[in-house]
Amino acid sequence: MTAARATATILGKELRLEFRARELLTITVVFALVIVVLFSFAFDPTAGESRRYGPGLLWIAFLFAGSLMLNPSFAREQSNQTLDALRMAPISPFAILAGKMLANLIFLAIAEIILVPVFAVLYNISLAGVVGRLALVLLLGTVGLVVTGTVFSAVASHARMRELLLPLLLLPLLAPLLTAAVEATAALFAEQPALDRAWLAFLAGFDIVFLTAAWLLSDYLLEE
Amino acid sequence: MKTRAAITAIIAVLIFAAGYAALFIAPDEATMHEIQRVFYFHIALWTGMYTAIGLAFVGNVAWLITRQARWDWLGVSSVEVAVMCCTGGLITGVLWGKPAWGIWWTWDARLTTCFILWMLYISYLVLRGLIDEPQRRATLSAIFGIFAFLDAPLVYAANRLWRTQHPAPVLFGGPDSGLAPMILWVMLFCMAAIVCATLLVLTDRYRLERMRHELEELRFAVDLRAHQPANFATKESQ
Repeated sequence: MTAARATATILGKELRLEFRARELLTITVVFALVIVVLFSFAFDPTAGESRRYGPGLLWIAFLFAGSLMLNPSFAREQSNQTLDALRMAPISPFAILAGKMLANLIFLAIAEIILVPVFAVLYNISLAGVVGRLALVLLLGTVGLVVTGTVFSAVASHARMRELLLPLLLLPLLAPLLTAAVEATAALFAEQPALDRAWLAFLAGFDIVFLTAAWLLSDYLLEE
Repeated sequence: MKTRAAITAIIAVLIFAAGYAALFIAPDEATMHEIQRVFYFHIALWTGMYTAIGLAFVGNVAWLITRQARWDWLGVSSVEVAVMCCTGGLITGVLWGKPAWGIWWTWDARLTTCFILWMLYISYLVLRGLIDEPQRRATLSAIFGIFAFLDAPLVYAANRLWRTQHPAPVLFGGPDSGLAPMILWVMLFCMAAIVCATLLVLTDRYRLERMRHELEELRFAVDLRAHQPANFATKESQ
């Protein structure tokens, strides 16, 4: 089986699993929504302030939601003891990892598609005219989050207290991604929206570095 | 054992000499005066930390390739020593920041990088504590260690793009940078002393890890032997 076919098979399995139960997506969306709403209670921002703090808040919500929802990606295999079966399949370990990454990317993207309009309404931010560019920033940022998060989900799945461990491992590592994503989003929410190419390049660089590392280390990550 | 005690004694003398040199021999700095003297140890601690982080990375990669337990011992010992140096570096930095900048802390590129590294390597130690199986612990923490190491330049670049307040490098910096010769010599001496001390602690920690490993294996062997007669007995009785 080619690597692409194997990846597609794993992706299909993950999607089928999720769309039958729909547990993960519901929890992710509701949790991120709670963060967004609580923030407005905590700071009661004016229009100018939401423009300033909004991007940071949005990405904090994504990062926290992501660090929760990426956990079951491997923990579920671990508790059902299906990881051994996956490993026995004649496919490369990176195909397993890539399939899961793509599935998580789709889940998080769906959560973001629901959340961003709600956020724009609650914080009075106009998205007209920046949707395409915002989608690009969201995509690059989410890829970085999902790539590192899926790898760490596999790392944490073998540890005790894995639910608590994943955010602890993941969030400090994502500090540069957070800076870049927030700055790029802030440039789009400004009075004169602009696409900040330096930060976009940084996000792309982050994605490439960790995707390469994940690819190189996937054999070790999923070994018995 | 005797050579080891001698080396420890020599390094202890070096550290005291470095302290004396930093406090009394180095000339008074023109703009910052006495407070600048913390630099001799501040910068030396960072040198120690980066040495340890480099060794940790070597250990992590070498473990994944060779699967020899000693590389895992190197990895964990280096990370622990790096966290120690980093804590020292952060504390001396904060102490200097208040009088010099008027603030304890700022989110500048270098400060942020060190702070994030400190958190990442503490997470590394937490992760190790939560995985019981030695082989798996070594592999997974090596993978995490490599990711943490790759993250460091990215944190630095992100903050460099964002904002920076830390003084620009004075050693090998640019045409205007440079130090009075005496300050430079004391600085290099302090760096050498701290790096020696770092390596000493690191090798001690490494030996401790090796002993732990041997103890674990002995326990395993004893367990095995304790269970064997019981198994034979049941076989014979059948």
